[in-house]
Amino acid sequence: MILMTPFTWAVHNLLCRCLSIPISAWFTLLCLFIIVPAVLRGSFSIRSLYLRTLLKIFEWANLQMKMRAKEKNQQLYKTYTNGIIAKESPASLRQEIRGSASCLCSDHEFDMADIFYFCRSGVESIVDDEVTKRFSAQELESWNLLTRSNYNFHHINMRLTLLWGLGLLTRYGILLPLRVTLAVTGISLFLFFTTLVGFLPNAASYLSEKVHMMGYRMCVSSLTAIITYHNRENKPKNGAICVANHTTPIDVIILASDRCYSLVGQMHRGLLGMIQSGMVKSSPHIWFDRSEVKDRHLVAKRLSDHVADKTKQPILIFPEGTCINNTSVMMFKKGSFEIGCTIYPVAIKYDPRFGDAFWNSSKCGLVWYLLSMMSSWAIVCSVWYLPPMDREEGEDAVQFANRVKATIAAQGGLVDLIWDGGLKRSKVNDAFKEELQKLYSKVLVGDHEDESERMEI
Amino acid sequence: MGSSSSSRNKIPNAQELMDQTGFSSAHLLRLYDRFECLDRDNRGYLSPDDFEAVGGLAMNPIGGRIIDAFFSSGQDTVDFSSFVRILAHFRPTDRNRNKEGTQQELPNSRTRKLKFAFQLYDLDRDGKISREELLQVLRAMLGLQVTEEQLQSIAERAIQEADLDKDDAISFDEFKKSLEKVDIDTKMSIGFLK
Repeated sequence: MILMTPFTWAVHNLLCRCLSIPISAWFTLLCLFIIVPAVLRGSFSIRSLYLRTLLKIFEWANLQMKMRAKEKNQQLYKTYTNGIIAKESPASLRQEIRGSASCLCSDHEFDMADIFYFCRSGVESIVDDEVTKRFSAQELESWNLLTRSNYNFHHINMRLTLLWGLGLLTRYGILLPLRVTLAVTGISLFLFFTTLVGFLPNAASYLSEKVHMMGYRMCVSSLTAIITYHNRENKPKNGAICVANHTTPIDVIILASDRCYSLVGQMHRGLLGMIQSGMVKSSPHIWFDRSEVKDRHLVAKRLSDHVADKTKQPILIFPEGTCINNTSVMMFKKGSFEIGCTIYPVAIKYDPRFGDAFWNSSKCGLVWYLLSMMSSWAIVCSVWYLPPMDREEGEDAVQFANRVKATIAAQGGLVDLIWDGGLKRSKVNDAFKEELQKLYSKVLVGDHEDESERMEI
Repeated sequence: MGSSSSSRNKIPNAQELMDQTGFSSAHLLRLYDRFECLDRDNRGYLSPDDFEAVGGLAMNPIGGRIIDAFFSSGQDTVDFSSFVRILAHFRPTDRNRNKEGTQQELPNSRTRKLKFAFQLYDLDRDGKISREELLQVLRAMLGLQVTEEQLQSIAERAIQEADLDKDDAISFDEFKKSLEKVDIDTKMSIGFLK
């Protein structure tokens, strides 16, 4: 203090005065944003106005780009959302190799050209396959002024660049800090209240539900998530399992802000672990130790015990096991379908125009992902509650899982794939290869056996 | 500063690649995106694991050989230009090519396509498909679904039919001759969308 010259003192004074105005304005804004959404459901009209304005801005931006491209007589970058190559209905191995020979009596003998079929289908999958492209973010038809979704939509003119700069400023200068503060406040309040409620007797489950809902709703507003719930009458009831397609960890927040679920998952360390232990104090979640996850019977037992108790909240499970980019639904793991209780399917579809919600865990970590979510325009999604399904007579767990998956895919407008989401990290198993080998051998050799059988009769 | 010219800048030697392979700039861009998608660790090149991660390739009986075709000449990484040059073999043959203008043969000519297929058989790259090599390919394509005798008889018949100079191996010319009547263009081409 003594060492401060008059000059630095003046600067110091000025700084304090300058900061105090924005800080007070800041707190006012904050209170406004906390009270309104967390207690009430937030005014829908403000949000839809926000979205419509954004859409109009995007349209204008894209018109600019098209006009400019036409001036220069160049092609605007086209997104091939259907893939690079024209995949006609896959001719079966048999048709391809035998050619047009439909006569059954002429056996096909091995031809050096047979390899072409395998070669071509192999290279086709290198160029474009159904699975790998599901593990990266979906491409947009037109630019939404976010750098991260800028595939060669380069800055065409000054106005567009200015607009983009303005957007950048708004998002990182206003929206991001606001949202981060909201999130931090929300989580701290949540931890505080759950610990408090944890001390109360069991009859305070009503209170704990309220606390959980408050926490989730604050998280929802901290992301500016604009959610439309459809068919609320099919909301999952107690003593059942709810399954949904998985795109991001935010799925949990979105679903849990509408009703309370029991979550299933691995016990993490650090901040997430703290939150998890906080949640358990006031509500029956099922967290596993890493060592227990491997033991499938233990998992199944805990799940069925929970479900058998009809007063307990429904369990929320994501059977895909990993995040997929919201254009398709991948194989559902059969574990949760073996338990034998009612399943409530839920379909979640995000609108990628305002911010892509897909978490690519190999490209960025959780914190970075959350920050980029909070610096997008908004997260807009639709949630469809589908009518409950039960396992039918003579249906095994895998068939039941596929049936549920097909319903979810149909409702959300997603592609229904048979592939395992685990292919993100591991390789395909050899069973598929064997299938192809079997097919080919039938074409070459199998016909001999049919022939001889027929002749014997 | 248009939309396509500045994006071509991220591909090295784009014009050269286009001339040598016959791909359009739009195709090249798409292939570059695909290359980046397969290159999961963002190293700028692909290694055999990146190829093996593609589901459709891993379940292909000769998937391993197709991967080897990308990693010829002893290298264990594939950069973007090599990637594109190999894929160029699978472009459909251009119908109305100006015969005078072509100084060099494009990769998707009939001969080059046949050469690619020949390399799938000829593992040791000695220019001939020996009986052993043929047996190996057959074993890969058929797995455990046929017996050893059946395999031997199929291989025997194939060699007898194609081997014209009776040296118990199939050279590239004999290979070409035996596939004279086959429509290579359809079988060895991928329909790249415009």
